[in-house]
Amino acid sequence: MAADNVVIVYHKRRNIELAMVLFAAAIGIASYVLVEINLFGELPGNWAVVAGLWVAIGLVAHLAVRWRAPYADPLILPAVFTLNGVGLAMIHRIDKIPEVWRNGATTQLMWTAIGVALFAGVIILIRDHRPLQGYTYTLFALGLVLLMLPVIPGLGQEVYGARIWISVGPFSFQPAEIAKIVLAVAFASYLVEKRDVLALAGARFLGIDLPRPRDLGPILMMWGASLLILVFQTDLGTSLLFFGLFVMMLYVATERPSWPILGALMFSGMAYVAFLLFGHVQRRVNAWLDPFSDLDRNGQIINAQFGFAWGGLLGRGWGEGRPGLTTFAKSDFIAAAIGEELGTAGLMAIIMLYAFIVARGLRTALAAKEPFGKLLAAGLSFVFALQVFLIIGGVTRLLPLTGLTTPFMSQGGSSLVANWALMGLLLVISHQARKPVAQVTEDRGITPSDATQVIRGTAR
Amino acid sequence: MNRPIRRVAIVALIMFALMLGNQTFTVIFRQDALNNHPTNRRTRDEEFAQDRGPILVGQTQIARTDPVDDAFRFQRVYPEGRMYAPITGYYSYDQGRAGLEASYNREMAGTADSQFANRFLDSLTGQVPTGASIETTINAAAQKAAYEGLGDRKGAVVALDPRTGAVLALVTTPSYDPNLIADHDLAAARESYIDLNDDSDRPMANRAAREIYPPGSVFKLVTAAAALENGMTTTTLVDSPAQLRLPQTSVDLGNQADCGGTQVTIEQALKVSCNTAFANIAMTLGPDTMRSQAEKFGFGSRPLAELNAVASRYPENPDRPSTALTGIGQHDVATTPLQMAMVTAAIANDGQLFEPHLVARIRSQNLNVISTTRPRLQSQPLQRTNAQSLAKMMVTVVNEGTGTNARISGHTVGGKTGTAQSAPDRPPYAWFTSYALDRSGQPVVAVAVFVEDADVPRSEVGGNRVAAPIARDVMEAVL
Repeated sequence: MAADNVVIVYHKRRNIELAMVLFAAAIGIASYVLVEINLFGELPGNWAVVAGLWVAIGLVAHLAVRWRAPYADPLILPAVFTLNGVGLAMIHRIDKIPEVWRNGATTQLMWTAIGVALFAGVIILIRDHRPLQGYTYTLFALGLVLLMLPVIPGLGQEVYGARIWISVGPFSFQPAEIAKIVLAVAFASYLVEKRDVLALAGARFLGIDLPRPRDLGPILMMWGASLLILVFQTDLGTSLLFFGLFVMMLYVATERPSWPILGALMFSGMAYVAFLLFGHVQRRVNAWLDPFSDLDRNGQIINAQFGFAWGGLLGRGWGEGRPGLTTFAKSDFIAAAIGEELGTAGLMAIIMLYAFIVARGLRTALAAKEPFGKLLAAGLSFVFALQVFLIIGGVTRLLPLTGLTTPFMSQGGSSLVANWALMGLLLVISHQARKPVAQVTEDRGITPSDATQVIRGTAR
Repeated sequence: MNRPIRRVAIVALIMFALMLGNQTFTVIFRQDALNNHPTNRRTRDEEFAQDRGPILVGQTQIARTDPVDDAFRFQRVYPEGRMYAPITGYYSYDQGRAGLEASYNREMAGTADSQFANRFLDSLTGQVPTGASIETTINAAAQKAAYEGLGDRKGAVVALDPRTGAVLALVTTPSYDPNLIADHDLAAARESYIDLNDDSDRPMANRAAREIYPPGSVFKLVTAAAALENGMTTTTLVDSPAQLRLPQTSVDLGNQADCGGTQVTIEQALKVSCNTAFANIAMTLGPDTMRSQAEKFGFGSRPLAELNAVASRYPENPDRPSTALTGIGQHDVATTPLQMAMVTAAIANDGQLFEPHLVARIRSQNLNVISTTRPRLQSQPLQRTNAQSLAKMMVTVVNEGTGTNARISGHTVGGKTGTAQSAPDRPPYAWFTSYALDRSGQPVVAVAVFVEDADVPRSEVGGNRVAAPIARDVMEAVL
């Protein structure tokens, strides 16, 4: 944040955003057309319809921003839109592998439309994130309930060993994706309220100020929740995602390095116990360290590796690789399909787009004028980065595999919709952060400097 | 709050840097191994749908690729499959590759590093890349003579050019038809493969290079070489009793025939294949000297990597009675026919052993030579004079001794018979190994013949009656 006596006036840059959204749309449309041409040797008959639809979706998102969040970061939306387009094209390409074609891409396009509608809805309806601060405990409870929903018998559904789905009628849903946003908001408002208390130093150990034992409640509670996810949903990825999010926000709020150190220790302990207790965790670790020791069981990760090698630096080209040999190429392993057909260069471009979104999100956090917005933007960006790291790292054998979705690319409605909503929220914060101070009409007594944040807590 | 946010940004930066670095690592260091992994269907499918280079004997293709109208577009064909199966191996979708198809896979597929320039030019000129052709060292006439000589019997023949180590013939029987396993009807191919594997005659076993058998009396060549290399001469007298009581046992070792006295020269002992004399030589020399001599001939190491040949064996630390038995090629001495051909080749070639090899040349489709195999000296198992003495003794064996069936009029032929006991209740193995000189006195061929289940009485005549005629035919084909 700028020093108090310097005023930075941000430009709106909406036309830049429009141009970049159109460019992003062009990338998505070109991907689709290339898939069709490489697979069938001709331009698809519906290319104009698809192109029109895709530009229209992009324009809706852009217009919502232009109308209600004109000062928002102009490059986040185009980056997201590019990822979504490339992901859709890849799902479409994988749809065409079996004898009987699937239509996952059509469903995914529908979910994209819903996601963009939600994105627009968040921007238009919420407009200012600060009122969300009032619902700390409601959101907390809601988030935890969402997380635990899949455990409920009859509602929860176990898919390939992980119990992270719920099914209502014909629809199945991963509530953790929504919980991610809800809990990020809840954590942010809770921590803004309690941060001074939590920052109080307890004993010193090895030059680090440890928190006071009586303040350990919240982190223990989140740890417990993560443990429950791990035990009942057997999902190390989701567990790590939420615990990591909480610990990181705790650190940002209190500025105490002891929190992340403590959190890392707690998580390591938990992961180690999980490794000892659960066969599937051991298998994942083994598949990571030595995949070729068990060709049958580690076939998926091995095939992903073969895909990367087959793709090489520049890739086989759209439709020219064989991503279908890797199971779940459309969902968990879409990064492997990208690596095979677009090459390591293409996959790196995708990773850089994610990094770019995270960078713009953290920049929003730096620019935000009040602690809640700062904390929320930082939290949302970090959880996004962590998710990308865990899943792409898992697919590329940097880490043991954890079954998370690749944001905006993997097939799956809940992930797509939730991440669009997340980006909507981020743009709202960005708009609030970047709009000229003079235009703040509803100043609620919060001065631009977080150093003078009013403390409402009572503990002391 | 900005300081922790900046630190979080650094953590995020590290995470993304790790992802990029790891992927870079994969492309640079893991890619080749992954692409060459035998279970990689991507590379296998692509190779399978490719115009694969042929394997040649002279100008004849013993493995070629014909265009067909199915998903793979090209079908591998083995015109004389059974005769050449141990050399070509097979090229199968589900069963992988064997033989030269395995060891020269990348060259025939056109993906070897040495073909990079060709691939690059092909891609520039828009030609469909084709694989290289593999020119073997096989002599078609010798191969045919060996294959037909073995006929319905189980056995193997290996012929070498002693001057270069080039393999002139390599036959194993019963054989199999690799076309069955290369069939694009994958279910039928799998069934053929299973049937061949279940066959009790083991047609897919490579008896020439990948199985070891007790050599019996042909191993006396190694014992004789060890004797000459360690101070004895052809005229050194050795005790040759009719019965030799093996030390520390109550077992008597006998002879198949009269050795010609209770003390005979080494030359005489070799000529009549006198067991007790060679048992005594082995005990005199001791197991370490024996093993050391055997290893100079190549025992204990794997020759002919192209066919993944196995190592022949001289036992570790045999006791005294066992050492005596190793002198006549029994007690855990076990060798491939290829190894015995190497022993003979070294003796015939003034003691110089050249590395056996099966591929003479690799040529790209536009006939440019990609690589040529040069003869490589592997070792000098015995001195020139000793080799010449031993070679001369082998001539005596053929002219006057146990190996008379290998005589070829007008040519100098040296040889050694063998009959080895495998198990008490089954017929013995018949061996014969020999070399021949051409008219200018050059050793042009060394051959080892091995016949399993030789239906003859257990005597020295076994090798002479069953195996020597095959060896003679093979040598005549080369001469």
